[in-house]
Amino acid sequence: MSAARETFEAQQPPPLGMLAELTHRCPLQCPYCSNPVELTRKRDELDTESWQRVFREAADLGVLQVHLSGGEPAARADLEALVAGCAESGLYSNLITAGVNISRPRLDALADAGLDHVQLSVQGATAEVNDRIANLPGAFEKKRAFAREVVDAGLPLTLNSVIHRANLHQIPDLVELALELGAHRLEIAHAQYYGWALENRGALMPPRDQVMRALDEVEAARERLKGKLVIDAVVPDYYARLPKPCMNGWGRQSLNVSPSGKVLPCHAAETIPGLEFWSVRDRALGDIWQHSPAFNAFRGTAWMPDACQSCERREIDWGGCRCQALMLTGDARQMDPVCERSPYHDEIQTLAIVDSQRDDDFTYRRFSRLQV
Amino acid sequence: MVEPDESDVVRLPRGVRLREDKARGGWVLLAPERVFQLDAIAVQVLTRVDGRRDIAAIVDDLAQAFDAPRERISVDVRAMLSDLIAKNVLEMA
Repeated sequence: MSAARETFEAQQPPPLGMLAELTHRCPLQCPYCSNPVELTRKRDELDTESWQRVFREAADLGVLQVHLSGGEPAARADLEALVAGCAESGLYSNLITAGVNISRPRLDALADAGLDHVQLSVQGATAEVNDRIANLPGAFEKKRAFAREVVDAGLPLTLNSVIHRANLHQIPDLVELALELGAHRLEIAHAQYYGWALENRGALMPPRDQVMRALDEVEAARERLKGKLVIDAVVPDYYARLPKPCMNGWGRQSLNVSPSGKVLPCHAAETIPGLEFWSVRDRALGDIWQHSPAFNAFRGTAWMPDACQSCERREIDWGGCRCQALMLTGDARQMDPVCERSPYHDEIQTLAIVDSQRDDDFTYRRFSRLQV
Repeated sequence: MVEPDESDVVRLPRGVRLREDKARGGWVLLAPERVFQLDAIAVQVLTRVDGRRDIAAIVDDLAQAFDAPRERISVDVRAMLSDLIAKNVLEMA
């Protein structure tokens, strides 16, 4: 290793947050799921002790908040022990759940174990829309009941809804639902087209005019409900002029641990060919954060194409999204094609318009039938 | 905007935690999907917020600890607490 590289690596500031994808098992089948199309099976998941070690290492490394996610994290029988592991290490724990399989006694046990916050997903603001998108009859009523139990247990509640063509018209209803259920926060997250959402782009992509109207609706609700409900929005980027600062920069603030223990800079990083991911089964988390080739591949600005390196926004959007560059240009080192300076910019806007006019059915998220 | 009086008692709501951040130095308030890095004055105030003492007692304590004019401390502390209440990371007990 060269001295320069050693210096560069030694300067990595510690991550603030860690997404712990405890399992890919889930009772829902949302067609925009951020999990990879090739899902990990139960037999390949990390065990309780391994996760607890990962939490200790994360706390030592400087992680402050852990997002317990999946799949459905409550599909893990040891979720209480994992929450307790976070609490023992001083980590702030955030449970990201579909809310259809957690009984009241179990919720109380999670609260007693030290759970700090619950983020509940809804797929729509009515049973009809919600249950069709989740492909689970009865899911909406279970979610409503669960939300009330979370508030009753004294835990703070965020409602999260991924937005796309089939529920974009429900934004005002989602705001009302959040208020009715006693949520403190609402996340309106436009679908990001990786993994399952990419497979389903022809069924999910909304038309441009509806996206713009939805943005206005969110802005109006945010202004009206200041001090009452915090509304955070993840914007749809296919119609944008400038790229999003994906993950606030590759390997800058956060890391993902997959169900099998692979440490990733983001959900979709494994789609990028040629990257070497390290596993918590083989190495300590701090070692991986500092030295993993995958994390160092797109850190900072030195990897960027010339046009990005000379751009005044290079440390604002950090070059946008590598996975998106790969998917839409075939090269992860390209400019994020969302950027108006990208030679591919017009092409992806056209692609979004074409997809928004298609009439595809959902391909629901499922484990593949074929097993090797 | 809620302007707390000296007779009010404030506390951190469930889901908000104050802790030292050894990796980066200093103290932080951890809230849902948010991290607030605190300055030295905020740390002195918030480490005295226990959900039992009223603001007057906290101001007395700070005036004594820092040998500073009580009136000014009261104004500064109440402004800071008011700001944190508006951000949903502090509530009236």
